[in-house]
Amino acid sequence: MISALIVRDARRAMSGGVWLPVAFFLLVATLVPFAVGPDAVLLGRIGGGALWIAALTAALLPIERLVESDRAAGFLDQLTLHGVAEESVAFAKIVAHWLTFAPLLLIAAVPGSVLLGMEGEALERSLVALAVGTPALAALAVVVAALTSGLPRAGSLAGLLMLPLAVPLLIFGASVSGVGGQGPLLLEAAISLILVAGAPFVAGAAIRAART
Amino acid sequence: MTALLSFEQVSLRRGGRPLFERLDLALAAGGGLHLTGPNGAGKSSLIRLAAGLLRAERGKVMAGPLALADEHVALDRELPLGKALAFWGADAGMEAMGLGKLAGVPVRLLSTGQRKRATLARVAASGAPLWLLDEPLNGLDEDGIARLDALVAAHRKAGGAVLAASHRPLGGRWTEVRLGE
Repeated sequence: MISALIVRDARRAMSGGVWLPVAFFLLVATLVPFAVGPDAVLLGRIGGGALWIAALTAALLPIERLVESDRAAGFLDQLTLHGVAEESVAFAKIVAHWLTFAPLLLIAAVPGSVLLGMEGEALERSLVALAVGTPALAALAVVVAALTSGLPRAGSLAGLLMLPLAVPLLIFGASVSGVGGQGPLLLEAAISLILVAGAPFVAGAAIRAART
Repeated sequence: MTALLSFEQVSLRRGGRPLFERLDLALAAGGGLHLTGPNGAGKSSLIRLAAGLLRAERGKVMAGPLALADEHVALDRELPLGKALAFWGADAGMEAMGLGKLAGVPVRLLSTGQRKRATLARVAASGAPLWLLDEPLNGLDEDGIARLDALVAAHRKAGGAVLAASHRPLGGRWTEVRLGE
């Protein structure tokens, strides 16, 4: 049932709006040179951080469709009655979301990094940083989607909830992109691991708590 | 005979208001309970308690494997009905509810009654001994009601049990439980 759920969620994501977060990501990355000017040195210095801000804001977009539609349609209830634990549902949703979000984001990060004046080694670093960070972004998105499902104005609330939670990831992810080195990468990986490991339990409890 | 569903001294409050207190219910193989009562009396909440989707404030709810049909369709709107039901392993229930010809029609194009039939088909194909039906007749035409009655009768005859909440009379013999009094 878990694999069927992953396939089903991935299929639904592919058929609706999978390009939106990626387009948004590229758009934000494009705005930075317009805002701060085309100075290559300056862009190179802030590029890593700007890329992460773009990735974070892009990660907010799919949140609304991750859990709420399934809750409202009774899909989550039926999964529970078919013996699937809420934690397993959350895990499947994280995997499916990551599969449909991360590869496209990484592809878009190539032109995105170049727009921000990062080439060669800097491009490589930012791709590694994003690759390590995307599982955590997917996990956070599902957690926040579960926490806000059923609430009015869930979309704006989701942003307020997710962005602060992503700060540790942002700090180390951006320093991997900007400075590089093994230390920040290990710390980013550790934070990513903690978020991914804890997310199914938090999201599962949130799904249970949202029942009425 | 072992009970497929039992409530012992179950109390439930919703939004600070007691819906029922110290309620006892037992449903054995072959049995049928018909929940009645005015709107807001707690019929749907009782069904969700039985399904384990809500927790009782006090008391004990015990239930075996069960299947639930409520107002939610829980089928992917964009999929053809056959595939959407197949996700739940329930495509075998389509014929019994007269949905055979609709297998290729996307769920979003189905009428209210056809969706109701689909949720009932999922229950019928579940193989669970206990069926929980929340307003199963809503939206059903005469043919649909006759098919449901036949399914319920066959299920009870085969040792299953049914708990149904409905404002309208159901076919067959039922033990009535009236809430909200």
